[in-house]
This record gives sequence, structure tokens and C-alpha cells, in this order.
Amino acid sequence: MFERLRPALIVTTREVRDQFRDWRIIFPIVVLTMFFPFLMNFTASQIVAFIQRYGGDMLIGDRLIPFLLMIVGFFPVTVSLVIALESFVGESERRSIEPLLSSPLNDWQLYLGKLLASLVPPLAASYLGVAVYMYGVWRNVGWTPPPTLLIQVIVLTAVQGVVMVSGAVIISTQTTSVRAANLLASFIIVPMALLIQGESVLMFWGRYSLLWWVIVGQIVLAVLLVRTGIAHFNREELLGRELDVLNVRWALTIFWRAFVGEAHSLGGWLFGEIGRTLRRMAIPIVLMTLLLGVGIWIGIEQAKIYTLPPGLLNLDKLKDADPALLSGLEAFGFYSVSGVTYIWLHNLRAVALATLLGIFSFGVAGVLILIAPLTLMGFLSQVSAGAGFSPFVFLLAFLSPHGLLELPAIILSGAAIFRLGATLVTPAPGQTIGEAFLKALADWAKIMIAVVIPLFLGAAILEVFVTPHLALRILGSF
Amino acid sequence: MIETQDLSKKFEDFLAVDGVGLKIGAGEVLALLGPNGAGKTTTVRMLTSVLLPSRGWARVAGYDTVSQAPQVRASVGVLTEQHGLYGRMNADDYLAFFGRLYNMDKASCRQQVNRLLEDFGLAEARKRRIGEYSKGMRQKLALARALLHNPPVLLLDEPTSAMDPESARLVRDSIRSLRTASRTIIICTHNLAEAEELADQIAIIRRGKIIARGTPTDLKLALLGPAEYEMRSAAHLDGWKLDLPVDFTLTGQGLDWLRYRTGQPGKVNPLVLKVSLDQGIPITSLQEVPRSLEDVYLRAINSTDGLEVSHV
Repeated sequence: MFERLRPALIVTTREVRDQFRDWRIIFPIVVLTMFFPFLMNFTASQIVAFIQRYGGDMLIGDRLIPFLLMIVGFFPVTVSLVIALESFVGESERRSIEPLLSSPLNDWQLYLGKLLASLVPPLAASYLGVAVYMYGVWRNVGWTPPPTLLIQVIVLTAVQGVVMVSGAVIISTQTTSVRAANLLASFIIVPMALLIQGESVLMFWGRYSLLWWVIVGQIVLAVLLVRTGIAHFNREELLGRELDVLNVRWALTIFWRAFVGEAHSLGGWLFGEIGRTLRRMAIPIVLMTLLLGVGIWIGIEQAKIYTLPPGLLNLDKLKDADPALLSGLEAFGFYSVSGVTYIWLHNLRAVALATLLGIFSFGVAGVLILIAPLTLMGFLSQVSAGAGFSPFVFLLAFLSPHGLLELPAIILSGAAIFRLGATLVTPAPGQTIGEAFLKALADWAKIMIAVVIPLFLGAAILEVFVTPHLALRILGSF
Repeated sequence: MIETQDLSKKFEDFLAVDGVGLKIGAGEVLALLGPNGAGKTTTVRMLTSVLLPSRGWARVAGYDTVSQAPQVRASVGVLTEQHGLYGRMNADDYLAFFGRLYNMDKASCRQQVNRLLEDFGLAEARKRRIGEYSKGMRQKLALARALLHNPPVLLLDEPTSAMDPESARLVRDSIRSLRTASRTIIICTHNLAEAEELADQIAIIRRGKIIARGTPTDLKLALLGPAEYEMRSAAHLDGWKLDLPVDFTLTGQGLDWLRYRTGQPGKVNPLVLKVSLDQGIPITSLQEVPRSLEDVYLRAINSTDGLEVSHV
């Protein structure tokens, strides 16, 4: 095994040595390793002193110090993204990768060698920074991290580094210039920024155990990215393209061919191609259905923890089937075409936003947006249970009949978004990531035009004209 | 040592190399000529197992370029068009790095590095950063890298470009000595004089297709027609007529010279001499009119007809 790893380590050693000859890499690493922890240390000490002086809640200090520990670990590791782009794309741009590609190195050995080279120095700097920070905090306020938290920060920092570097490799296979790669790096920076915000919320919330889920999620993502990176980081893709030319005609051709599929007529497209597309999306559809169920379950569970007063929903009024309620709904746009248009466009806007976020988050954020309303419904159904209603009846009253159309629309759009986002972390044998993405985009467009948009329209009509009547009738009969 | 059949490469909808067939033995040098974008680099990349052929096959040093790619790459030394050197390293470290990648043992690598740096006149600059090297020095270092692991097959893209005449001569001498060491060499070059000087075979590639291939002499005959000869005399030839009933076409005549074309020089030239001497013409010289490879190349590249000359 070591014999097979040896060439990769030769590449790593050379690149790490090369990095230590480049002040542009050394300078930020040194600053982030030595200066930044001291700054964070100073910040932590000042805040703790301030709270002690003015009798504030020590909880702020208790949460801030571990949070800064995470940040001190994260900042130096961000340099790995820059190093990776330089290592993978920079070498392609300068053509110094060509002698390497002509050598007996396997693609995966070169990949691994460069991955380690991009990861090791920033990670070492991160850990050094964490050590400096911990020593300072211990000296100043006597704080030492719980061993579990320290392990979490160490693992989290490493996994974040792997995610960024493996993401950078995928970018590198799609471009031949560092400039273009830096622009495309937003596909890594945006999700990482969202992730760090999420982690920060958990740190300030004090729910450190949830960090394990974040770690597991990122390990899964890292594995997917590495798998895709190895599949696409090959000689053929690296040297098969010469320029970052935006070939609109080629892109449109690929998209249109995939959009039309095997159909020869509109009927063939609607009744044949859409069916084939849905079959191709079987796994994402099943996954999305399961996730919706999980979303509802999470809502129900959260309602048990964060209980609301049962009277808040005022369901007794509904139970009385008060006709004044129905006339009151007219003020909110119910029983009108404008109400239909509003709900329809609102749903489409939500799907558009979910698509956009889904592209930048490998499908995850897009799917979460679509699940959120169902989680809320689960939450409210549990609250209704406190008011003496059956949660099942609550869901039946407020989700049927428009839910019969809206739920499939949510599932299908979620599946299409998930597939679109996941294209970026899925190896596509025989085609580039760009080509696979365009085909997934064509599938998304087909599902939207032929199924989701009409379903949302039908659902909006039912929601505006039928659901209120039915809800009152169902709730009134129980 | 290198054999290809119907070797082709398609990028999306662009056919970069179309049905290339080559056979080059040990100790032979083939010069691959063609305009920029003709498919030379893509052909070389397929021969080094860097790119997969879309159609056809190639065997290099006895290995299939698709199924035995690592063995092919271990047997080939490549000088790429852009040298791709690491500017922050010195020559010693650079060559040692590639020596390790080619699995050379430390001692033989060190010995080979010393020899190559000495041969190419880089020994004094071995500890200097490569970024400080001149273009010619970089070219020599890249060539040293290609030769480092003693490969039986060499693929050299523009081996003497950017070199001063002395360095270029040094490199050409090296290539000649490598040929005698039974290596198979392909040179991609725009320097036609160099190609003619070094190559046993010339292949001209245009729009991905080999349109002409053979020895320089054969290509000249095939593309420029029979050779032209010039006879010079010490006396005036004014009014003198030479008419032979064989493969003989008079192409020009001056005061003391005449030129003719023949496809059978072995038969016609002695006859020309005999007739002239019989008629008392004091001949001072009879020689073939030099024809450059450039004429052959331009003729091949600019021909609008479906020119294809192979194994002429």
C-alpha cells in the first residue's frame, strides 16, 4: 500500500516545500496562526472582564470562548482553498502539470498528492493557532475546553479543509485559469459561509452535541466531493480543454437535446419524455418523500419541546364552523382569482429560491426550504393536539384537498432541485460536470414546465376556493 | 517501437486527429510537421497515454497506450511545447523530483542528473532558481528531464526553439547520439532544416490527417517531381542543343549552364556526360539542384487536392 502511496507523497513533499518558498502563502498562514489567536484571546479576555465588571450574564462569555476556538481553527484552514486552486488550476494554467501527467503517476496519486499538499500546511497552522488560543485563554481566564469539544473542533476543522479542497478540485476540472477558478470558488465560499453561520448558531446556542451531525454531514459531503474529484481529475479532462470559452451554442444544444429527449411531438414529450424523466428521478423522488415525512416528524417533536398555549390557535372557533370566518377570509384574497395568482406565484418564487440555493448547496438548502412549511404544519398539528384536536384531522383539514396537488409538486420540485445540486458532487462518466449539470437542468425545466407549475396552479385554485370550506366542515364535524 | 493505426481524437464536435497511421522502429527519428493546430500535440499526447484515442490504437515501446498506460508513460520521455518548469526550484531538486517519480534509485538518479547537467552545460547553474534561467537554459533543463529516466522512446516538441545556435547544435548532436543508441524519436518542429537534418522520416500533418510521409528524398520526388540537375561548362553553351531520346526534359539554359529534369538519374546523367564530352564540351560540374524541405512542406500544406502520400 505504501508503495502505491509513495508517488502521491513525493508530489505532496515537493508542493509543500514550494509553498514554504512563497511569501504569499506563508504570510497569511503566519498571521492567522500567530496574530489572529492573540487577537481572539484579547477579545475573549476583554469580554469576560467586561461581563465580570458590570455583572452581565456569564453565559455570553461561556459561549463566546468556545465559538472563538472554532473560528481560530477555521480561519487558517480557509487558506487551503487558495492553495488548492493554485495547485490544481495554477499548474494547469502554467502548463507545469503536463510533465507530471506524462509521468507514470496515476490520476488518483496526483490527486491525493495535491490534496494533501493543499491541506497539510493550513491544517497544521490551524491546530497551532488553536493551541496558541487555548494557551492564552487558559493563562488569562483559566478556561480549558472540554475534551469532546476540542475533538469536535479538531475534526470539524479538518473536514472543512477537505470539503474546501475537494470542492476546489472539482472547480479546477471545469476551468483552465486561476482567474476563472476564483470566480467559480463562490460555489464553495457561499455554502461554507452558510455552514459557518449554522455552526456559530449551534455554538452560541450551546448545543455542542449537534456539531457531531454537522461533522457527519460534512464527512459525507467530503466523500462525495472526493469521489467526484477523482472521477473528473483525469488527464483527459485536464488537457482535453484549451480555453475557458463560454460556448453558448454548445450549451444550448446540450440543454435542448436533453429537454426534448426522445420525443418527436408535444404529445410524445408530455406523455413519453416526462415519464422517462420521472423514472430517472426515482431515487430523488423517494428521498424527497422520506425527507418530507422526516420534516413533519421534526415539527411534531419540536412542538413537544417548545409547547405553545393550546388556545393560541383558536381552533374552537373553527370547530363552531362560524360562517363569519369564511367571509373574513375574503379580505385575505380567498375566493378570488387574485388570491389564486398570489398563492401560485408565491409557491413558484419559493421553488425558484430553493433552486438557486440548491445549486449553491449541492441541493441541501433547496430541499430544506421546501420541507420547512411541512415542518411547520407538523408543529401546528402537534399544537392542535394540545387543544383536543387529532393531529391527523388537523393535517387533513388544512392540507386537503390542495395538498393532494401541492405535496406532489413539492416532492417533484424538491427531487429536481436535489438532483440538480447533487450533479456537482456526482461523478458523470464520459461527460464533463458542465454537461451533466446542463442535462440535470433540462430535467428540472421539464418537470417544472410539465408537472410542477400546473400542479401548483391547481393547488392554488383549490386552496383559495375549496380548502377553507372543507377545513371548516372537517373541523366542525369533530 | 511506435505503431499506430487509425489513431483519432475527437473533442466534442471537433476532430483533432483523424486516422493517423505510423510505424517507427528503434533507432529511427520521425519529424512531425504541420501548421499550428494541425494535431501534432494531440497526437503526441495520445502516444504518451495522456489522452485516450476516440478511435484506433497505438503501441509505444511494445505497450498499448490505453490498457498499459503507466508502462507507456514510464517508457517515454516527453519534451512539452511549454516546458512547465517550477520556477522556485533549482535544477538539482527539479530533476531529483522527477527521478523519484520515475522510481529511479537515488544513486543512479544522482549520476544521471550530474551527467545531463554537464552535457547540457547547466552544471554551474544547478543550484540557481529555475525562474532565473534564460529561455535556452530552461529548454535544456526540460530536455534533461525528458532524458532523465533513459527512456527508449522520446517525443520532443520543438526541441531547439528559443535556443542560441550553439545550444541548438548541442541539442541536435544529442538527438543524433540518442538515435544511435537505438531510441525511437518523434520530433514536432517548425524548423524544417532541423527536421531534414535529423529525421529519417518526415510526416506532414494537416487538419488532423497525415497527408504525406516518407524519407525527405522520397517526399521531394513525390511532391516536387523528378529531381533537377545542373551541368556547368567552362565554354559557352550558346546555341548548343542537348536532346536525348530518354527520360530527359530541358528546364533551362544559360551562357555556361543548363538544367534538366529526369526521373532516371542513374541512366540519364552518365548519358549527358558522355554526349557532352563526345561533343567537346568542357564540363566543370554536374549536380542535383538542391530542393528544400520547405518546398515540400509548402506544397503539401497548400495543396487543395486530396493529397496523400504514404510510404513513398
